[in-house]
Amino acid sequence: MSALATNAQGTAQETALAVSHLNITFGSGAAAMTAVDDVSFTLGHGEAFGLIGESGCGKSTILRALVGLNRDYEGTIRFRDTVVPRQRDKSFFRRVQMVFQDPYASLHPRKMVQYVLAEPLRIHGFDRHQERIDEILSAVGLGPSFRYRFPHELSGGQRQRVAIARALIIEPELLLLDEPTSALDVSVQAEILNLLKQLRRARDLTYLMVSHDLAVVTHLCERVGMMSEGRIIEEMSAEDVRAGRAAEPYTREFLEASTGYRPAS
Amino acid sequence: MSAPPLETSGTGLKAWLTAPIPASPFQARMQQLSLKWWRLKANPSALFGLAVIVLIVLAALFAPLIATHDIYAQDLGKRLLRPSAAHWLGTDELGRDIFSRLVFGARITLYIALLTAIIVAPLGLIIGTTSGYLGGWVDIVLMRVVDVFLAFPSLVLALAFVAALGPGIENAIIAIALAAWPPIARLARAETLSIRKSDYIAAVRLQGASPLRIILGHVVPMCIPSVVVRLTLNMAAIILTAAGLGFLGLGAQPPSPEWGAMLASGREFILTNGWIAAIPGTAILITSLAFNLFGDGLRDILDPRHG
Repeated sequence: MSALATNAQGTAQETALAVSHLNITFGSGAAAMTAVDDVSFTLGHGEAFGLIGESGCGKSTILRALVGLNRDYEGTIRFRDTVVPRQRDKSFFRRVQMVFQDPYASLHPRKMVQYVLAEPLRIHGFDRHQERIDEILSAVGLGPSFRYRFPHELSGGQRQRVAIARALIIEPELLLLDEPTSALDVSVQAEILNLLKQLRRARDLTYLMVSHDLAVVTHLCERVGMMSEGRIIEEMSAEDVRAGRAAEPYTREFLEASTGYRPAS
Repeated sequence: MSAPPLETSGTGLKAWLTAPIPASPFQARMQQLSLKWWRLKANPSALFGLAVIVLIVLAALFAPLIATHDIYAQDLGKRLLRPSAAHWLGTDELGRDIFSRLVFGARITLYIALLTAIIVAPLGLIIGTTSGYLGGWVDIVLMRVVDVFLAFPSLVLALAFVAALGPGIENAIIAIALAAWPPIARLARAETLSIRKSDYIAAVRLQGASPLRIILGHVVPMCIPSVVVRLTLNMAAIILTAAGLGFLGLGAQPPSPEWGAMLASGREFILTNGWIAAIPGTAILITSLAFNLFGDGLRDILDPRHG
């Protein structure tokens, strides 16, 4: 598996994120529901790892636990070889950021783009606010003229670009992507994916992506973990996924079902 | 998106307000505001309410210029006169001009309404959002306090406070404010409960923002519109409570031209000289109605869920 831990340049790197024996249970007693069941995986620096699976298999739950939105988990999460505390601190958020699924819900409806982007800079004590805002807006393909817009004046794709800019403006190392394209239409999906691909190369980022869409995951990630009922049942490379080489019957079924209606790309 | 910023000075204010790419935060805010103004203009009853409120505010501001007589000058020879050219709305039992007293009374009414709003809105907002966002013990304790206040009818509660503090306008304001904040806190808490689960709050949490920053910077701005609407609608109740306290002799004291107090003194003559009570009563009615109509229109604009 460590042989697969490669970055975009194709060289082996140190571990960025290591999750071991993660268990998440909702409810208690007879009503207890195990959402994530003994999940372990590692991410090399500069690598892009994707988690795929059908709805309700626990992939978004993993992200929420990683980032501390759900503190009720068992197991250890190591970032850069230090165990992250259950109560995440500012220095963690300085290095790990997340892009949410629905750009229509993840931007404050009453805040201008400029304010949305200035807030993380203020929290983390960055300098040169105005220059950084202009810079990141250009980097995500919007340009400085979008500074004084409100979210309701933007399209879904533009909103998601603002959300990506918000995550990247404090220059994190690890970006968690929670189905970042599933709320967008297909042509915009491709734009956002290409933007993410290009940003990763330009900024030496590590990606952990969650999606139910095979094409999206294999477009962005070198390595894919197949999830079912709270477990990672199989890890494989993106080439294996594209070629349909899977060991587990469930994975094979999933791949067939996904490629069945999709025109070859 | 690569188009150069439009030159806005050429065609004046309208072009500035409709420029597709705002050049400053101020322009962006003004553009949003002008859109809301356009929507308000399409609502005649709200516009009527606003017009009446503006009229009352102007009357209060320029009361010395509008009033035709000295409001304290008694002339027992001219008591209980019917409306006429000399006294537009007649005179009361001490021969004082009712029109002039009504105009000065607007000052007191607005003074009470505004001060109460200024006390109640921040208090209710802070308590409600804190309670809703933090949850747990904070929520339980604060909401039980709110329950205690809500358990009494607001006029009874205000009466109790005035009885404890002593009669007078300032004490009446404090008493009304103490009775009026709990519903605002409840409203803010309910809003907060739905806001705190949203992705945009999760997103600021992931940026490392402190709870204080999230509550003040992100939750409160979302609650403000509904609180403003609620407060405008409550304005009628506040005015009525103030008038009620005046009527019972616990608010403004004679010879102050407070509308409730005027109504109380006109009560003795209600069968023989009905207008003395009817005129301040009508003023209270119209003011309350105006605030209600305006509040309704404001809700349509600020709160799209009721649109």
